[in-house]
Amino acid sequence: MFNYTLRRLLFAIPTLLVISFIIFALLDLAPNDPTGELPLTIPPEVREQIRASLGLDQPFFIRYLLWMQQFFINEPLNLLEKMTGWQIGDGSRMRILSWATRSPVVDLIVERLPQTLWVVGLSYLLAVIISIPIGVISAYKQYSIFDQIGTFVSMVGFSVPTFFTGVVLIVIFSSWLQWFPSVYDTNHQVTDFASLMFQIKQMALPVIVLTLYNTSQIARFVRASMLDNLNQDYVRTARAKGVKENIILLVHVLRNSLIPVVTVIALGVPTIFSGAIITEQIFRVNGLGQLLITAIQGADIPLVQTLTFIFAVLIVLFNLIADVLYGILDPRIRYD
Amino acid sequence: MTDATTAAAPQPPARSLTREIWGQFRKHTGGLIGLCVFIFIVLAVFVGPYIHTIDPNKIDIRAKNQGPSVLHPLGTDNLGHDMLAQILAGGRISLAVGITAMLLSLVLGTLVGVISGYIKKLDGPLMRLTDLFLALPLLPLLLVIIMLFRDTLRAAFGPETGIFILIVFVIGITSWMHTARIVRGDVLAVKSQEFILAAKSSGMREWRIVLRHILPNVMSSIMVSATLGIASAIITESALSFLGLGFPSDFPTWGRLLFDGANFLQINPSRVIWPGLAISLTVLSVNYLGDAVRDALDPRMLKR
Repeated sequence: MFNYTLRRLLFAIPTLLVISFIIFALLDLAPNDPTGELPLTIPPEVREQIRASLGLDQPFFIRYLLWMQQFFINEPLNLLEKMTGWQIGDGSRMRILSWATRSPVVDLIVERLPQTLWVVGLSYLLAVIISIPIGVISAYKQYSIFDQIGTFVSMVGFSVPTFFTGVVLIVIFSSWLQWFPSVYDTNHQVTDFASLMFQIKQMALPVIVLTLYNTSQIARFVRASMLDNLNQDYVRTARAKGVKENIILLVHVLRNSLIPVVTVIALGVPTIFSGAIITEQIFRVNGLGQLLITAIQGADIPLVQTLTFIFAVLIVLFNLIADVLYGILDPRIRYD
Repeated sequence: MTDATTAAAPQPPARSLTREIWGQFRKHTGGLIGLCVFIFIVLAVFVGPYIHTIDPNKIDIRAKNQGPSVLHPLGTDNLGHDMLAQILAGGRISLAVGITAMLLSLVLGTLVGVISGYIKKLDGPLMRLTDLFLALPLLPLLLVIIMLFRDTLRAAFGPETGIFILIVFVIGITSWMHTARIVRGDVLAVKSQEFILAAKSSGMREWRIVLRHILPNVMSSIMVSATLGIASAIITESALSFLGLGFPSDFPTWGRLLFDGANFLQINPSRVIWPGLAISLTVLSVNYLGDAVRDALDPRMLKR
């Protein structure tokens, strides 16, 4: 297992390098000019200077290597300095700067991360908590009314895109009933009970939308996995031995059925960061997704490059975690 | 499979495998309803404009923001466009995008899957390529590609065809990976069976073996991928349009109509509801269809 993990980790390095190169090349191929938006009265030599200040006068490979140095060496060192308070070197390292705001990209990301984690992370957590019991009951009582309704609702939740559920919820709860605000206010500080209630209220709609979507996906999976296990011989053996039904279900079957579910949950974690772009856009949550959209619309290449690459790192990392978890949880799986 | 044929043997010879599968498919109520709904939507979208003959791009500013009436069954928008005509026109584009993108991704996925399953030398590199594509953050990349290449392609092919080609191409090349993996697995299983060996020893050429023996046997998983592919392509296209990066307003798709309607949510929520309902209903029906197809083609089900 350790060997396998090591091999996968080693293989992840070239994968990520290739991905970073693809993203960089794609952004570079783009036929657009960051100085194109500036007023036409700027003389060409000043324009050239602006391009040089953005680092655009260098050839493609130099810029790519520079970005790699900034991303893989300078930024981690900087984070380390901040966390530990150590001084490494003279502290004047080149950082990745956003073209639009001229501030370090990593600082922007750190600023936006809490909103995304709160809204999207919470909804994912809720989805996991809700979907497992639903999946278990629907599989145990297969073809019952609960199962019929549960499967239908999860099919609907899985098919209806989040941008539609989001808008419908805004129509119902913000404009008709006026229970929840439709726009997320990030400046809101939680100081007392009333402001906490407001925070919960403004988080309610985006969290409901994402929870519905994730719950239906995971619940379908739990149900299928439970059904696979309920027909196995060991369940019949356990029943024949007179084991109580509760114990069969919750100890024997559930434990085995959760093995594939855990990997699916792990595979879904990167979408917490990147997949909620649309929901964040609807409710104006200024998280990572919104940062990406504004960066794309403003052609802020370093920010887009860094964010997209971070998403790719998360995907690769959680793919690895899912595979390793699968091997650890299920002794029948042997990678070596 | 063998059980199915022996069980079917006493019956009249007309009971072929297709009939068997159709019989299995009919038992899946959801799938049957899904099929009906999908056919209805396709018919409505393609035949509808001959019945409801208002031009979707006709601007009638005096009739703006109207509620439902006999002339405009779904009302009008802020420029006086007829909503029903717009939804029908949007559906044509959405379905066209969904189906074309699905076909592209299916062809790519099948090609990669068959090659990597059949030719041992290429298996490793192609599967690494698939893994690489799976690790790409797709939605951000789609947005980036469309943002960056939109203007070039529009200039080359005209505003409508350019964006159509771009979106279909981009969705197609980012969604073939699952098909490729499934097809590869199936090809590997089929390849080791005796009838392939027999075909080889009878001197059949490799590409004919692939076409005549391997492809028909992996068809069932390709079919399932196809149905699910339409749904995901339609959703991706609407998501792109919803983020304002899809088709232009005068060439509306369901996602674009939803995006445009979202600004008038307070005045006229029905502008959002109808296109959203159309997307959801299509995707729901296609997903049910996919479930039914998967169940019908599952050999474990046929045995019963």
